[in-house]
Amino acid sequence: MAIDNPPQSSSRAEIVRLASLATGDEKHEASSYSTLDALTVLYERVLRVRPAEPRWPGRDRFILSKGHGPAAYYAVLAWRGFFPEQWLPTFMHSGTRLGGHPDRLLVPGVEASTGSLGHGLAMGAGIALTLRARGSDSRTVVMTGDAELNEGSNWEAILLAPALRLANLTLVVIDNHTSSLPLAPLDGKLAAFGWAAETVDGRDHQALERGLRRWADDRPVAVVANVEAQ
Amino acid sequence: MTATMRSRSAATVVELMDADPRVSVVLAEISVERFEEALRRHPDRAVNVGIMEQTMIGVAAGMALEGQLPVAHSIAPFLVERSLEQIKLDLGNQELGAILIGTGGSYDYSTEGTTHHSPGDVQVLLSVPGIAVHVPGHSDEADVLLRHAHRTGGLTYLRTSAAENAAPRPIDPGRLLRVRTGRRGTVVAVGPMLDRTLQAVHEIDVTVLYATTVAPLDAAGLAAAAADAAEVISVEPFHEGTLAGPLAAALAGRPRRFLHIGAPRRVLRDYGSVDDLDRAAGLDAGSIRSRISEFLRG
Repeated sequence: MAIDNPPQSSSRAEIVRLASLATGDEKHEASSYSTLDALTVLYERVLRVRPAEPRWPGRDRFILSKGHGPAAYYAVLAWRGFFPEQWLPTFMHSGTRLGGHPDRLLVPGVEASTGSLGHGLAMGAGIALTLRARGSDSRTVVMTGDAELNEGSNWEAILLAPALRLANLTLVVIDNHTSSLPLAPLDGKLAAFGWAAETVDGRDHQALERGLRRWADDRPVAVVANVEAQ
Repeated sequence: MTATMRSRSAATVVELMDADPRVSVVLAEISVERFEEALRRHPDRAVNVGIMEQTMIGVAAGMALEGQLPVAHSIAPFLVERSLEQIKLDLGNQELGAILIGTGGSYDYSTEGTTHHSPGDVQVLLSVPGIAVHVPGHSDEADVLLRHAHRTGGLTYLRTSAAENAAPRPIDPGRLLRVRTGRRGTVVAVGPMLDRTLQAVHEIDVTVLYATTVAPLDAAGLAAAAADAAEVISVEPFHEGTLAGPLAAALAGRPRRFLHIGAPRRVLRDYGSVDDLDRAAGLDAGSIRSRISEFLRG
């Protein structure tokens, strides 16, 4: 997949610096940090986006389904130029556009408003269906947490997407081992539902890129990004 | 149960799909046979997701994010109450347009028991900012209201029912229709409650207004039509008093007495025909007459 205007600079340290400008609540700091590498790889190497034209029809769509810990997400969006980094210190303050969960009507680059767990994948499936019907080659990427997969609505969509052969849909599960219920083997479960699923090291940018760039011909792709337990 | 409104709505949706490529359909197994034509003619825009109502609304929201106007349809309790958070967040809070067509409310599935009843559907949907709620009383009106919803493109709930009035009325979507003028108060009859309300007040000198859009309520029309009414009565096909707040707000200019007649706020643990349940709920013409007469005696 082509990258439109790829950033030139090394990314992660800069994104960490930008994230530090945002003052998140402690509860969400861990989840923000856990998503940072996958978000960096997505927006640096995988997703086709035009920050100056956030609604460009040819863009890839990304949904942060869990919505939690958006400091890293906001930092990545600011780093790509969707909005100025001066917005970041306003995170969760009165008058900000950058709330504790992202609102698509407030934040350029945010495709869908999220925060309540288990909503993003079904919306992603609806987007992917529509893009396919239009003959678009854009892809839709949805990111969840592992604990988020406790919500049954995810499993509805996990059942549905392979049945619809949504090859233009990618699920990224940030597995930071916060689920109180056992999920392992998560990739095996997703594969049993019909996804092209694999687990990668969620801190290894090359492995993340390889997994996130993967297309299967007839089924959606799932990447379980394994990171250290919080 | 008969399903005239439901079938008519499905046929109208197919026509809208033919004419407008923005219209999509998402089903959750219910009524697949009625939408067979949509699924056959527009397989790229019509999808049956199986028995998963939350996902039906989520998928619809995803389509709406891409500029489609999705139509989602199921039996009212499953469409509305099971997936309420998706309706609230995925559609309402994101300010996305969609048409939700519910069937079976309040207790059209009269032999099936309480799991299939939904007298509270409109009450809960009134908590979603910006939603339009239409309650047709005839299949022709369902067609008019559905086409209106398509034109507006906003988030809409179309509440179809087995009960229909004998003839359609010349409704103007969003507006109350004055059906009768009287001097002893004003009655607002909602959707399929109109005929039985007219029968109930046959010998009572009241104004009768017909409501097929209850959200937003035609507040200006009501305030004008009921300006001098000291007594205001609603006859609602859903939980009684669902419209109490909007009615009181529209008529706040002077003190009045209100009576709200509708489905009782208790579990209707009964079976039989819809008429049987209407009688158990006090929504037959005779029961409505008795309550209105007693209220006006004051």
